[in-house]
Amino acid sequence: MESVIKNSRRDFLKMTAITGGGLVLGFNWFNVEAAPVIVSDAALAGNIGFNSYLSIATDGVVTIMSPNPELGQNIMTSFPMVVAEELEADWTKVKVLQANLDNKFDRQLTGGSGAVPHSWKLLRTAGATAKAMLIQAAAKQWSVPESECTASLGYVSHRSGKKLSYGELAEAASKLSVPTDVKLKDRKDFKLIGSSVRNVENKKIVTGKPLFGLDFQREGMLFAMIQRPESFGMKLKSVDSAAAKAMPGIVDVVSFKNNVAVVGKSTWQVMKARKLLKIEYEKEGDIESTDDHNKLFLSLMDSGTATVRRKEGDVDAAFKNAAKVVKGEYQCPFLSHSPMEPMNFFAHVKPDSVELAGPTQTPARARTQVAQLLKVPEDKISLELTRLGGGFGRRLNNDFAVEAAELSSIMKAPIKLIWTKEDDMTGGTYRPAVRYRFEAALDASGNMTGYKLRGVGINAGNSTRENNFPSGSVDNLLIDSVEHKSPITTGAWRAPITNFLAYAEQSFLDEVAVAAGKDPVTFRLELLEKAKKSPAGPVRYDVDRMIGVIKLAAEKSNWGKNKNVSQGFSVYFSHASYVAQVAEVEMQGSMPVVKKIVAVADCGQVVNLGGARQQVMGGIVDGLGHAMYSKLSFKDGAAQQRNYDSYRLIRMKEIPEIETHFVDNGIDPTGLGEPALPPTGGAVANAIFKATGKRLRSQPFAELDVFKTVI
Amino acid sequence: MATYKLQVNGKTLQADVEPDTPLLWVLRDHLGLVGTKYGCGIAQCGACTVHVNGGATRSCVYPVSAVGNSQVITIEGLSEKGDHPLQLAWDEVDVAQCGYCQAGQIMTAAALLKKTPKPSDEDIANTMHGNICRCGAYHRIREAVKLASTKA
Repeated sequence: MESVIKNSRRDFLKMTAITGGGLVLGFNWFNVEAAPVIVSDAALAGNIGFNSYLSIATDGVVTIMSPNPELGQNIMTSFPMVVAEELEADWTKVKVLQANLDNKFDRQLTGGSGAVPHSWKLLRTAGATAKAMLIQAAAKQWSVPESECTASLGYVSHRSGKKLSYGELAEAASKLSVPTDVKLKDRKDFKLIGSSVRNVENKKIVTGKPLFGLDFQREGMLFAMIQRPESFGMKLKSVDSAAAKAMPGIVDVVSFKNNVAVVGKSTWQVMKARKLLKIEYEKEGDIESTDDHNKLFLSLMDSGTATVRRKEGDVDAAFKNAAKVVKGEYQCPFLSHSPMEPMNFFAHVKPDSVELAGPTQTPARARTQVAQLLKVPEDKISLELTRLGGGFGRRLNNDFAVEAAELSSIMKAPIKLIWTKEDDMTGGTYRPAVRYRFEAALDASGNMTGYKLRGVGINAGNSTRENNFPSGSVDNLLIDSVEHKSPITTGAWRAPITNFLAYAEQSFLDEVAVAAGKDPVTFRLELLEKAKKSPAGPVRYDVDRMIGVIKLAAEKSNWGKNKNVSQGFSVYFSHASYVAQVAEVEMQGSMPVVKKIVAVADCGQVVNLGGARQQVMGGIVDGLGHAMYSKLSFKDGAAQQRNYDSYRLIRMKEIPEIETHFVDNGIDPTGLGEPALPPTGGAVANAIFKATGKRLRSQPFAELDVFKTVI
Repeated sequence: MATYKLQVNGKTLQADVEPDTPLLWVLRDHLGLVGTKYGCGIAQCGACTVHVNGGATRSCVYPVSAVGNSQVITIEGLSEKGDHPLQLAWDEVDVAQCGYCQAGQIMTAAALLKKTPKPSDEDIANTMHGNICRCGAYHRIREAVKLASTKA
């Protein structure tokens, strides 16, 4: 430790020569063994073994690097807020910069709603350490005890009234040894954390500054598009590219793997030329259609080889002895992620290095994939992170980045690869299609004594979440899954698996409550009480937090008290957070209309209230929109929806009023990018059942009979 | 190829492109104005919205040959200092999530406010219905348009 500090001191001296002063702290805040150390100039930080950092310049400007890919989860604002809180910085003097890929970062990715939970303590420690050093520097200068000094809004003050700005203190502070036992603030003293702070990139966004991958440009770069097989299960046989090559602006047409790439001088020229390709494909694997999948769902439900995911008690006996058995099946289609910004990436493969730039949720993995493909050491590859025009899980895959790199290596030129919306929608890594069968055994008093769930998924892996509620609350339980392997590629889609499982499960629990003659909220609370008092096997969720959101949602929505609307309840635990929702449906003629959704989230400590509301509201709109309108179907291996004209997304006139509440329990943050989405489909389906008496057995709801009556 | 002299954001800019090139790609690839976004390419999402003679226009399907002497305004030219009432409202309401669609949203709203300075909720919903926000920020978009209309 000491030697690290000594080394760092030398580095710092270098920095003073370079920048003329200031405090620069490097914090390994993505590593559990956080060790704050003074590092040199920001630009050198990555080279000398430190991850990310904050710096305070002599003019008082605090610069904080944001390492994670920003795709709308607002991490560029919430991370610095946590640092600034402990630092007692003046927020108006905080500058945030997007960091590029640095191989010292421990978790430089966006996925799993995990960034804030992962970094919470480390970010706070970073801010608190810098603050302690600034106070120490001031106390030393004034020859007063540190205990008589306080820090606030970018100044250290002494009780005598003396005051020095962070900028004035930065250089002196940087010469002190770094304390390792700083005290973090009591949450009652939080000023920034829990307040609403606007997105630090707002100004650039509203003025059209180049922020996104598609905006990235390099002198001399060529534009490229790739024609891929339109059907899953087909491969490239032959290409006639003569007509395409003859088009103006086209530099070349090259084939690799199953790809035919058109490379040219502008996007439009490439787009036009690509249409002139004459390509033959041949069969490589199964050619599947949605009709085939629908048949498979039914046959595999009964005859498929199931993998047991969780088993408790004696399920057969419970069902044999049941006073009542309830069964329900639910099905969800494939979905496209369809972020607004189509897939794209820039790659320049040079003789001795590779330059990559673009939107990816997993930059480190992109670099690894490119290194393996080109057989180039990772340290020869740089990756500049651009802002992502949405991700929703699609950009966890780096197929587009790898394609760009391969094409650049073939062309020996800087390449900007662009997918059209059609390429994206027909090109895979979809949310898998799944069908679920639920069965519940009730005793004479309406207690759920047995529970069975089978998921049949197409490339869904484990389509269940076997340790989620209601596991732990039912003595006899069997959860298993059957998988069909398909050439249609699937991947993580915002709130993977739970984005459709939650709808199915919460709809089914509503069915069971009705069959048991119980109020849906009471029924869930009874189950949770059972999980608390006499758990059936391990309970892997926090029963009290789940009870907390259920009760608060019931209270905030006046559950069961407003007879003029039909309410539906849903609650779900995902990504370590708990969200309960109540949907309200009114009949307009014979058509159910979702008027309002009340949401209660327990994500632990809220960092940015405005941003948190945004995540909850966006998650609900996303969940509602896809449950209502979206589907991707297949014919002969090809996606039948190719763009927004046939793949329907929710629009402004279709949004209900949304009310958001947060549980204030002081628990450390547990994530919010995804957890608000899963409960929505179930809450809406249950409210529509209440209004119409019809169960919504499949998505998208808009295709079901209940929405087909024309007024 | 043909040479087009375009009136963009109050300046005359020249591009040598084919006549069927959509204005979107002329702006992005040839004039360096990348604030106008490519979303769907078929006039369904509104990310590419610009003003042509004051009217909200989907630049992804608007060929450069049709522009003529029309005045084209892009997000970069909506205001000199980024202080159009809508831009300020977008910040105040903190609308953006990923932000990709927002230039198109703002340009659509700006055309509405020019024609209808005090739009009703229905006017706003009817106009903005054509613009997709995949992050689902519709509530705040609506609120920001409303706010801007009270300040303009």
